[in-house]
Amino acid sequence: MNHEIRTSEVKGWGADKNPLDRPAYPMWHQPEEGTGAHWIEPEKQEMKFTVLKSIERPAMTSAFGTSVPPSGLSGAIRKFAFKYSESSFGHWIPLLIADRVDMVEGVLDDLKHGHIPNVFKEMGLKSEFKYNRKSAIKKTMVGALMLGAVPLLYTYLRRKHARPIN
Amino acid sequence: MLAMDYRGPYRVRAVQKSTPDIEHPNDAIIRVTRSCICGSDLHLYHGLVPDTRVGTTFGHEFTGVVEEVGSSVQNLKVGDHVLVPFNISCGSCLYCQNQLYGNCHEVNPGATAVGGIYGYSHTAGGYDGGQAEYVRVPFADVGPYKIPHDLDLDDAVLLTDVFPTGYQAAEMGGVKEGDTVIIFGAGPVGIFAAKSAWLLGASRVIVIDQLDYRLEFVKRFAQCEAYNFREMEDPVVFLKKITDWQGADVCIDAVGAEAAGSAMQRLTGVKLKWQAGSAIAVQWAINSVKKGGVVSIVGVYGPTGNLIPLGNAVNKGITIRMNQASVKRHLPRLIEHIQAGRIKPSEIITHKIPLEEVAEAYHIFSSKLDNCIKTILVPPSEMH
Repeated sequence: MNHEIRTSEVKGWGADKNPLDRPAYPMWHQPEEGTGAHWIEPEKQEMKFTVLKSIERPAMTSAFGTSVPPSGLSGAIRKFAFKYSESSFGHWIPLLIADRVDMVEGVLDDLKHGHIPNVFKEMGLKSEFKYNRKSAIKKTMVGALMLGAVPLLYTYLRRKHARPIN
Repeated sequence: MLAMDYRGPYRVRAVQKSTPDIEHPNDAIIRVTRSCICGSDLHLYHGLVPDTRVGTTFGHEFTGVVEEVGSSVQNLKVGDHVLVPFNISCGSCLYCQNQLYGNCHEVNPGATAVGGIYGYSHTAGGYDGGQAEYVRVPFADVGPYKIPHDLDLDDAVLLTDVFPTGYQAAEMGGVKEGDTVIIFGAGPVGIFAAKSAWLLGASRVIVIDQLDYRLEFVKRFAQCEAYNFREMEDPVVFLKKITDWQGADVCIDAVGAEAAGSAMQRLTGVKLKWQAGSAIAVQWAINSVKKGGVVSIVGVYGPTGNLIPLGNAVNKGITIRMNQASVKRHLPRLIEHIQAGRIKPSEIITHKIPLEEVAEAYHIFSSKLDNCIKTILVPPSEMH
């Protein structure tokens, strides 16, 4: 076991060894040069669409993201989730469910716009073939066998249960 | 503009989206010059973070040039090249006033525990991120930091999250001269935590991971000891044994919610989602630290709960410290370290991939292909 590393050989060793001279000491510390804010209270961002707010907050925050407003069934589930506080599973579990519903809605939306999602490309599987060829081939073969097994099994069962024609 | 677009777990693509608008008087629009994929982006990519909506653009580590500013912006002007801390912060709430920029209370309507983070789901504010050609930066007078002329752009982009997070991990551990420090995880944050532990005066730095190529890298980059836990019967016993059976003064969790090493933690935390991620790194940290020692957590976990040995933590009288890094307050010191030649952050970059190939970039990083440690996405305007 190697624990013979000499601190004198480590570049920069001990540059910040004084615990009273570290950037985050003390933890609560108002900077003399200010934070860059030149307001007592920030101006409020205009709300142009539904933004879901935690019930642990009395009011809307001064700024918020404008990415992907809630919509569709997933949006309805998200609105339901926000009836519960952050300390409740009633908040987080519906949000996880909404994420999965959203994924299906995303595929349907793609199809509605005439776009068939290229799942192989979206999953970046070209790199799997480039850097991990053996595993990629194995996974592809297992996948193909499983996909192929369904129609084969279906055909076999149909033939087995088909009544002979007199 | 070209931007990364999340479609569901393990599925992303590069698409054309509308260029962002100024939404608040203190906004700026930044033309992105570099963005990274962070280890914590993988939690989103794997579908583990609640309220990650299809259509979101990820990316909380980026640099860029100011293209447009809102009416109240005073500290930035068009053309400034800035690095943008991953924390969105108002600069005036109780937490920001005290430089706890990662805990800002004015930028995330959807939750109170977590602040606002670029491209990190609606649980972190619903902001689009920097894996795009342009990005909206709220409170432009507070967050962005002008990149010094002598600072390499690839070093600058690593100051937006990973280096400060690794440094703060060591700092929260209260590392003192002569301390033994164990870091769980040889990913980018663990690598910087190891180097930072030396800067703070540690006498011994040990890194634990399961990937040999990362262990080899951290051994070179941070001049530390590095061990593969797959080769150990019980990592905690091994670590006790090599630390005189007492344990380390400081243990750092630099892994987070998708840690390997325990089938039970993986099953309940990652596969079944009965807990907010696999907490095996925290478990090992608590059990490997000496009595009265410090466990520092910068690994990212979900918002519900995790299985950790609280009883052992109480009985050993340890201190557990954790937080999102307050990037802005660390920047002057960390830039000083780079300028003094004590560290060269960009040495951890293994892949530079065009933004158009974002899906391949995520897969390579997520599957640890091609000895990947850190991936940078380069927008079309910067490909020369």
